[in-house]
Amino acid sequence: MKAQDFSYDVIIAGGGVVGCAIARELSRLDLNTALLEKEPDVGWGASCRNSGVVHAGYNNTPGTLMAKFCVEGNQGFEVLCAELDVPYKKVGKLVVADGPDEVPALERLKAQGETNGVRGLEMIDGDRVRELEPHLEHAYAAMYSPNSAITSPYLLTIALAENALANGVDIFLNSGVERIDRTPSASTAGGPEGIREGFIVKAGGREFRTRILINSAGVNSAELSRLAGVDLYTIYPCRGEYYVLDTYAGELVQHLVYPVPKPGSGGLGIHLTPTVDGNILIGPSNEYIESAEDYSVTAPVMKTLSEEARSYMPQLNGGFYIRSFAGMRAKQTPPEKGGYFDYVIKEEETCPGLINLVGIESPGLTASAPIARYVSGIVRNIVERSGREVCGKPDFILKRTAPVRFAEQDDEVKAKLIAGDPDYGEIICRCEQITKKEIRQAIENPLGARSLNSIKYRSRAMMGRCQGGYCTQRILQILRDEYGIMPEEIELGKNGSWVLSGGRCDVT
Amino acid sequence: MTKRHMTDRKDCVIIGGGAAGLAAAAACRENGIEDILLIERGEVLGGILNQCIHDGFGLHKFSETLTGPEYAQRYIDMITSRGIPVLLNSMVTGLSPDKVLTVINRGGLHRIQARSVILAMGSRERTRGAIGIPGSRGAGIFTAGVAQNLINMKNFMTGRRVIILGSGDIGLIMARRLTLEGAKVLMVLEKLPYPSGLPRNINQCLRDFDIPLHLRRTVSYIHGGGHLTGVDIAPIGDNGEIQPDRAEYMECDSLLLSVGLIPENELSRQAGVQLDPVTGGAVVDEYGQTSVPGIFSCGNVLQIHDLVDNVSLEGEALALGVKRYLEAGKLAEPGIKVFPGQNIRYCLPQHLSGQAPAVISFRPSVPGKLHTIIFSQNGKILRKKSLLKINPAEMERIELDSALLESGSPLQVELVPGRLQS
Repeated sequence: MKAQDFSYDVIIAGGGVVGCAIARELSRLDLNTALLEKEPDVGWGASCRNSGVVHAGYNNTPGTLMAKFCVEGNQGFEVLCAELDVPYKKVGKLVVADGPDEVPALERLKAQGETNGVRGLEMIDGDRVRELEPHLEHAYAAMYSPNSAITSPYLLTIALAENALANGVDIFLNSGVERIDRTPSASTAGGPEGIREGFIVKAGGREFRTRILINSAGVNSAELSRLAGVDLYTIYPCRGEYYVLDTYAGELVQHLVYPVPKPGSGGLGIHLTPTVDGNILIGPSNEYIESAEDYSVTAPVMKTLSEEARSYMPQLNGGFYIRSFAGMRAKQTPPEKGGYFDYVIKEEETCPGLINLVGIESPGLTASAPIARYVSGIVRNIVERSGREVCGKPDFILKRTAPVRFAEQDDEVKAKLIAGDPDYGEIICRCEQITKKEIRQAIENPLGARSLNSIKYRSRAMMGRCQGGYCTQRILQILRDEYGIMPEEIELGKNGSWVLSGGRCDVT
Repeated sequence: MTKRHMTDRKDCVIIGGGAAGLAAAAACRENGIEDILLIERGEVLGGILNQCIHDGFGLHKFSETLTGPEYAQRYIDMITSRGIPVLLNSMVTGLSPDKVLTVINRGGLHRIQARSVILAMGSRERTRGAIGIPGSRGAGIFTAGVAQNLINMKNFMTGRRVIILGSGDIGLIMARRLTLEGAKVLMVLEKLPYPSGLPRNINQCLRDFDIPLHLRRTVSYIHGGGHLTGVDIAPIGDNGEIQPDRAEYMECDSLLLSVGLIPENELSRQAGVQLDPVTGGAVVDEYGQTSVPGIFSCGNVLQIHDLVDNVSLEGEALALGVKRYLEAGKLAEPGIKVFPGQNIRYCLPQHLSGQAPAVISFRPSVPGKLHTIIFSQNGKILRKKSLLKINPAEMERIELDSALLESGSPLQVELVPGRLQS
């Protein structure tokens, strides 16, 4: 019934890591919740375009939501990843000072971290740094943060969405919000002191009704707020470009390696980031741009990134590059100001029922679960204001299981997997050793995302050093032969990104 | 538990059933090596030859022009008629220094203890990510070999209005192929002042179809959101730097990259095989033996070839060394270092034992007219030969009589302009 009339207690607009974390958090409660995402899959904004770092929380100003949620998020991250079967590695971070002049800034950082409740921070000398990272070229001293970690930001987002789905949240992809109207009082009101108004949300060709609207639209959050009638915010998109290095470079870097942050900068500086898959990322740059959708990489930045990487470690040369990408920070601070403004997370007084999340930039990934709990509290208050009690679901499914990663198993397990399903014996992606079984599981994902990028994020096929040179054609063939999806229907990512714009050879 | 540790034993395992592996397998059997296994990850033998449906293969080897599949079939027939065991649809995922292979197929995970191994895994294409073209990352960008596979093997058309970056042979072949399929190939761009592909392909694939080749030009930016809509084409300055401020926009619906091949040495690395940073392939002696005794390498996994005929010759040449290795348990130490002199980008093998006939293959570092190739030790010329033309796109192979070699002193290979008067 509910799927037909599209009426909900709560609608979350924006399926990034924060929106999906909120969806999962609300799915613990007996609320009728939907998540709307404008792209053909979750997590395609900032959530799949970042360093994948679980920050410790020393970078943020004490007393801010940013600092509080970052520290909380860091401390709960390992458990979260275990619940959702998402990769997590506590690799630790080195914030490296090149000379004695940078040491006071490091000490301030450490003190700030301790004020924020960050545990385990330690000042170490150059020799100790070189012990931890033998290939670093310059290291006078460093602050060592043992609790800094890495995760897979897109796998986490997908896992959160899948778990929310399993717990009854409806997820609508390709459903960008086009229009928001208030419903007249009485009609949807829950009680005399309850929500005076609800919302009619037009998205993806459907008309949704909801009592509570949560705006987790990332770089588009200011615009979405405006659509709801609250014109209070401006988001300044700030692009960060990265290089992805071959896993062969992985052995050169064991920890997160960061420079000492520059005062007033709105980023943390170009750093070296090991990924959970064994690659190294170089980046990100920090550049305010006009369009929030412009994920281009640019020649000057690529040059800077490669110079920075070589200044950390001369071995990190261009021979290791396998890809570049760009992400977008949803900054509230204008270019001339720089730095950070705290997260806005609140129900708007002028628009009851609208919960805005604005300016959720880094450390948004780390902070996503605490943010979700905080938002869940606001939702409870709103609902309970209307006289309705909110209860937890007794049958909430806490755990989500990811498909088995064949390449990560030992030979004994591999043999058993193949014996159980011969599709594990067919390797489709040679670089990352991804089997046909995993490709099939990615194609048949619970969210119903069908693009090549959706298959890529879930299976890791096409992410290796040949960048799909071997497997893309095989995946296209599986889609056609085993799922009946014709080449002209297959998109790389966004709507209209036809992989084979020529169609079929015999059809012109 | 029972099956897992059952290790098969083989005298010689060949990894890869493309041009190199087929030739090596056939020649090994010809030389009396009985206990052979050829492992191929695809469902048929022939490797990349199967998607090369154009002709021009076999001119040197068979004195006739064949298509890729026809050329492959000649060797497949030899494999079949000689009864050489073949494992298809099987990926070698592991190779240890003591030559234990891990093989995965739908039947399970298998271990094979080989006495000798021939690496014939071929190469992969250099990608957009590796060369770092700025701009958007939408759909419509293919490496030329992937486009060739999609069009020739799967009937998928990659685009209708095409720009090709890089004048490597696959890009040139694809310029013609796409034109024959009804696409408009707007141009081929080459950053160097000379083409990277063979002269015959420039003539037969571009000139014959009026497809322009622009030298010292490259793609400086890719436009479009989800799908590419066009590219900026910029000249390369005298200093080799791209000049984006002089770029011109050109609309297209796909971009093909033919910017080089990279030997696929993932397994070689696992086995501890020493690699040459210039070729990207193994360091070998005249037997084709790598730094790990009993592991041999041939074809594009050893060095990138321009002619399949040479790949076959390189594969066939391994049989002697494999046979000697299996009989004696080792081969003579390669004590003579081979090093490139002037105008030589690289030469192979990197060292010689002097105990077997040697074929020295090399690529010039620049194109040019009449040159003389000179092999010398300590200033003493062992052999020289005039070459009417030299071209980095064309690998040369020249035999050297091992009886002339003096043990212990390095061999220099150089190309000097003109004809050398003796």
